[in-house]
Amino acid sequence: MAFWRNQKTRGWLYQLAALLLVAACIVWLADNTLENMRNRGIQSGFDFLSQPAGFAISESLFGYESTDTYWRAFLAGLGNTLKVAVVGIILTTILGVLLGVGRFSHNILIRGLCLTYVEVFRNVPLLLQLLMWYLVCVEWLPNVREAEPFLGIYLTKAGLALPWFGDMPVKAGFGIKGGVNLSPEFFALLLGLTIYTASYIAEIVRSGIASVPRGQREAALALGLSRGQTMRLIQLPQALRVIIPPLTNQYLNLTKNSSLAVAVGYPELVSIANTSLNQTGRAVECIAVIMAVYLTLSLLTSAFMGWYNRRSAIKER
Amino acid sequence: MVTWLRANLFNNVFNSAITVLLGTLLLYVLSQVWGWGISHAVWVADAEQCNTARGAGACWGVVAEKYRIIIFGRYPFEAQWRPLLATLLLMALLLASCVRLFWKPWLAALWVGVLVVFFILMHGGVLGLATVTTDQWGGLPLTILLASLSVVGAFPLAVLLALGRMSDLPVIRSLCTVYVELIRGVPLISVLFMASFLFPLFMPVGTSIDVLLRVLVAMILFAGAYLAEVIRGGLQAIPRGQYEAAASLGLTYWQMQGKIILPQALATVVPGIMNNFISTFKDTSLVTIVSLYELTGSLDLAVNSDPDWLPYKLEGYLFIAAIYFVFCFSLSRYSQWVERQVSRGKVH
Repeated sequence: MAFWRNQKTRGWLYQLAALLLVAACIVWLADNTLENMRNRGIQSGFDFLSQPAGFAISESLFGYESTDTYWRAFLAGLGNTLKVAVVGIILTTILGVLLGVGRFSHNILIRGLCLTYVEVFRNVPLLLQLLMWYLVCVEWLPNVREAEPFLGIYLTKAGLALPWFGDMPVKAGFGIKGGVNLSPEFFALLLGLTIYTASYIAEIVRSGIASVPRGQREAALALGLSRGQTMRLIQLPQALRVIIPPLTNQYLNLTKNSSLAVAVGYPELVSIANTSLNQTGRAVECIAVIMAVYLTLSLLTSAFMGWYNRRSAIKER
Repeated sequence: MVTWLRANLFNNVFNSAITVLLGTLLLYVLSQVWGWGISHAVWVADAEQCNTARGAGACWGVVAEKYRIIIFGRYPFEAQWRPLLATLLLMALLLASCVRLFWKPWLAALWVGVLVVFFILMHGGVLGLATVTTDQWGGLPLTILLASLSVVGAFPLAVLLALGRMSDLPVIRSLCTVYVELIRGVPLISVLFMASFLFPLFMPVGTSIDVLLRVLVAMILFAGAYLAEVIRGGLQAIPRGQYEAAASLGLTYWQMQGKIILPQALATVVPGIMNNFISTFKDTSLVTIVSLYELTGSLDLAVNSDPDWLPYKLEGYLFIAAIYFVFCFSLSRYSQWVERQVSRGKVH
């Protein structure tokens, strides 16, 4: 038999060809990029990270001044991404689970409302929802001057001010002092991400609960548990195994979707990178930073969830 | 009737309380929405009437005044019958593709034909039609074009990637895995940034590619990775015996995939493919960030420079939200119907 008829040899030849093809593409692209950059006088390298950024960031977890370096600016952006992602994930889980469980209510009003919620918010693009929430925040909410607190909470054009352990927000001049203040950009983004993702989580929770065999529920009810107890102690824990893998995907989606903040002006990683890109012209580096950060976040989350999933999986003999 | 009410709304004290509370709240909210959106709303394109009704009622006049720009973007006004016709054609084809009776090889040929007609109608330059460059395309035609071309283009890529990930050859398997995981790990917006900032640098010196084409390629690369995972799910559901039977019949790899494995795998994942199409349809709204004027972008175009109508942008947003909703909702209903069809087939 000729050697090219051999299955194994052919396998290796195909793989070698694929590898060469990919390598050739990369070399070709890199070569073009370098030549283009030379022609247009674009500088390359990550040395700009240690230069002063020169632009202001409206909010930051760690103190940031416009005289700080690009490196610090990216860090501030990452902080803002994580802030909205963590708060959003907590809120959307609560809302999503409530909506998903609501689909099993005996009350047809609750069932109908939960279904309507899911259908409405899942079928409109997130970007559009974000733009709408932002518009409502900055145009329809009252000015600080005319605002009246509701249970100590101020919801104004300046954003949301919440009481925090006895520290009540009060009006001071044009702004609000005290308590926890959320900017309208952050508030709109958080609202949009939470409401949109919750519609997906609700469906995941619903199908998770539906996957638990009927007998489990009937047995629990026969034992005299109430419907609430049955859901909490019997159905939800068993549904969790089905729920967790797609839930991880939704958490990752929420984190990735927080990049849409660039449309409402919340200074998270992508909008900082976008500003830096326009200022320095170093497109390759800035986009590489965005991709590297999101990839790391994705890999870390899936590693953690993989570990958690293995822990909660059924232990069989 | 009474039994139904008792069973669904008032079966115990707690539920009755919820029904009364929620019902009152719902009635209040609905009456407010009715008042703002219908009874106090202004339906004619009259900025003064809208101004007096401001705060009390919606101004749907903004839609009546600007719908041509919202739906067709910057496309020349007199020639807007062309995108209208092209979009209707494409939508008719999409509808036809939903009917099982038409799932035949000639449907693919029809797709190619209709796309050619679509481009001739939109771009012009032949048959006496004036040329309209792609930077003037916008609104709903652009949204539908981007969504359908992304999925159609992503499909062959996704099939290859899915087969690659299931392959026995380690190098090919890892190349495909790395690609899929890389794309799925980053947000679409970064891929779109890549299309608008990096693709021009990637090309040989002196060549420039149209921005629409660049964005389309980015959408295809992105949608392909997600679609590949959907198809891989279908491939994994095929029993081992099917592969073995095909191999023992002496079929080659491509014969086996093309005639035995893929037809079965793809049939089971039609709902997944539909869901992918729905999310791609929604994702097209992001191209407005890299300055293409699809529906979301064309609304900005319509009202941002017009102070008379700018205060009623929310009504404009609600209008395009309704357009997106109608499309996505009907697609998802269709996908559920297909899912029932597929699972019904399995029982027999």
